[in-house]
Amino acid sequence: MTDTSLHRQLPDRLDNPLRSALLGWQTLLVLVAVVIFTVNSFASPYFLNAWSLSDLTFNFTEKALIALAMALLIISGEIDLSVAAIIALASTLMGLALQFGADTPVLVLIGVGTGIACGAFNGFLVTGLKLPSIVVTIGTMSLFRGIAFIVLGDQSFKGYPASFSWFGQGYVWWVISFELVLFLVAAVIFYVLLHRTNFGRRVFAIGNNDVAAKFSGVRVERIKFILFCLTGLMSGIAAVLLTARLGSTRPSIAQGFELEAITMVVLGGVSILGGAGSIIGVVLAALIVGLVTFGLGLLNVPGIVMTIFTGSLLIVVIALPILFKMWRQRA
Amino acid sequence: MTDPILTLSGITKSFPGVRALNGVSLELFAGQVTALIGENGAGKSTLVKVMTGIYQPDAGDIHVAGRQVHLPTAHSASAAGITAIHQETVLFDELTVAENIYLGHAPINRFGMIDWKTMRAEAQETLDSMAAGIDADIKLKELGIAKKHLVAVARALSIDAQIVIMDEPTAALSQKEIEDLYVLIELLKEDGKAILFISHKFDEIYRIADRYTVFRDGEMVGKGMIAETSQSQIVQMMVGRAVDQIFPARNAALGDVVLEAKGLSHPTEFDDISFAVRKGEILGFYGLVGAGRSEVMQAVFGMTALSSGSMVLDGQAIAPKSAADAVDAGIVYVPEERGKQGVITSQPIFQNVSLPSLKKTSKSGFLRMAEEFKLARTYTERLDLRASSLSQDVSTLSGGNQQKVVIAKWLATLPKVIILDEPTKGIDIGSKAAVHEFMGELVSQGLSVIMVSSELPEVLGMSDRIVVMREGRLVDTLDNKGLKPETLVRLAAGIAEEAAA
Repeated sequence: MTDTSLHRQLPDRLDNPLRSALLGWQTLLVLVAVVIFTVNSFASPYFLNAWSLSDLTFNFTEKALIALAMALLIISGEIDLSVAAIIALASTLMGLALQFGADTPVLVLIGVGTGIACGAFNGFLVTGLKLPSIVVTIGTMSLFRGIAFIVLGDQSFKGYPASFSWFGQGYVWWVISFELVLFLVAAVIFYVLLHRTNFGRRVFAIGNNDVAAKFSGVRVERIKFILFCLTGLMSGIAAVLLTARLGSTRPSIAQGFELEAITMVVLGGVSILGGAGSIIGVVLAALIVGLVTFGLGLLNVPGIVMTIFTGSLLIVVIALPILFKMWRQRA
Repeated sequence: MTDPILTLSGITKSFPGVRALNGVSLELFAGQVTALIGENGAGKSTLVKVMTGIYQPDAGDIHVAGRQVHLPTAHSASAAGITAIHQETVLFDELTVAENIYLGHAPINRFGMIDWKTMRAEAQETLDSMAAGIDADIKLKELGIAKKHLVAVARALSIDAQIVIMDEPTAALSQKEIEDLYVLIELLKEDGKAILFISHKFDEIYRIADRYTVFRDGEMVGKGMIAETSQSQIVQMMVGRAVDQIFPARNAALGDVVLEAKGLSHPTEFDDISFAVRKGEILGFYGLVGAGRSEVMQAVFGMTALSSGSMVLDGQAIAPKSAADAVDAGIVYVPEERGKQGVITSQPIFQNVSLPSLKKTSKSGFLRMAEEFKLARTYTERLDLRASSLSQDVSTLSGGNQQKVVIAKWLATLPKVIILDEPTKGIDIGSKAAVHEFMGELVSQGLSVIMVSSELPEVLGMSDRIVVMREGRLVDTLDNKGLKPETLVRLAAGIAEEAAA
């Protein structure tokens, strides 16, 4: 029988975390980013220039802000396809408020508030009524953008004040834009939230097995609701930035943003089935998507070809982790 | 006496850590119903799976009508004339009755296509011969559970099965439907089928069976004619072993009542359940599978809502609305479905253990991994967990060690009441002993333990008092002093105390 005097001390871990990180997906993403950066600088003489690189960041920051929250949502086993529609609705309501003479703080409050409200609505439908998130958010995607179309028709809102435009066009220092700074701050916050807090640990537990998480005393519904609100919040912030950058609101604003945000999340190594992923991966993936689309733009590749590229990337990205795993198992 | 149509001899089947069947034999006779009787876990279901080609026996022979057969697949079993009607028979809701009856062996026309006309006609003919009153053209989903059973029987007839296995066929039926089933079984008997009838209910067995075979702990312990055997003799065979496992001796002093439940009711699963557990006490819950014990415990743990009833923990009224509420109050639950509800198999051991205790290991909401490892090490080592490191995924552990992770997780929350639902189901003997020993240790430290178990030796060996449930109701609460296993089985199965045979 068991002899209690022979208790072996269980070690914390056996593998070296540094070594497994070096073999990981993130290392591959860094390599890919370096390769694309190098190719870009050879392909276009205009690429290696501080202002070009600054422009590059505008290309992905709004989507990447959403991707940060979307990563947590997908890790928990849910998804939100309505994020671009939330931007459209938030932008429309800001434009409407502008017509009634709202100033910059009120506009920002309305944009962000709309985002949170839309996220809470999604969260209620998923956690309160127990509906599958993919169906709910396909529905609210049409609903939110539909409202924008009803309000605006083929019109647009223009004439945002300069103090408001600064959020989308302003620079904090030299070529460093407000958008970029905001994204970097948000990335750090989301990194800490997902990897360094109880909340993040519970998100991973839910994504791996929400039944066992619930049986372990995790308030699964509450956490998922918070995640939907967070995704709504980030969409609202993205709506402020995008509206300020474009200086106008059309109902078709931010069309297709949800797919690019999800591409960033999946390329960043987040499992589409939930339960695994990292914020560092998502940030690297956002950079890669930005580098590629900006590089293609510099080369005067038409937008339609870029769409083909994004679509292909999404497929490759879903296939790659599977191939990567097979390769790791053989190695 | 005629020869048996089906003979199993020396059938042995092992799973890692468990010998489910040990050299068992079984004989079935044409035109007769043989009842297979045994406690939960006696090996009945495993035997059915061997007979239907789902499991391959490690040793032993199967003879059908005198010829030795091998049943490597489910298909080969039906080719040999063996068919099973399960508790939840595998039929297809979206297909018609005729399609369900002929699935896999539909009549074929000369073009190699399904001969729908013949199929329908023959299906209807079979159904009519059973006086089933079912239209072969309607979809299965339009039928109630009893009629679905009839379709399953029709399917058995259509493949010309000589041997029909009925695995608890009455579990979901009303009394009227059960009577209809009896009529049908008589029909099958007249038709010369050999029927294996598995049931927990003695009234059914005595009503319908001609012969019986009793299993205990994976061994055949008795067989004979029902008419010549009394119920108490069969109960004796079911439980008649000496309690051969050694249970830790305990003489913990019982303290005050810690948790008291009054009149707990659920719309469908259970009704008016009251019990109390004291400090330092192990309260056993015994009953047949489906008696509602787990459902009561999950309600106490806040996972399902009560329709009425109240609970008092340490003098304070509680009404947990979620597992989180229950854990906060000091009630924890080790679920029966370990892999699905107990552990997160794709996460490391230490994260499983720390999950409900994160508030304790963290600092203002931020993780402190060193504290988590410390907590996980303290409790897993107390349980003698066999693992190579705390970062190992739980999926790599054996069932017994996974159970230790679940228990460690809850002990770390310093609970007042720990509910263990079939704590040693499907785990190896060594881990079983460790879990039993540990339960004794827990109560001696002043915890209260509620143990749901279908294993008689475990219930009798561990409990201070035993609550017996049957069909969602509390039958009796007994002091575990000089208690006979037969008494528990009788109460759980609803057999009236009869004059000693």
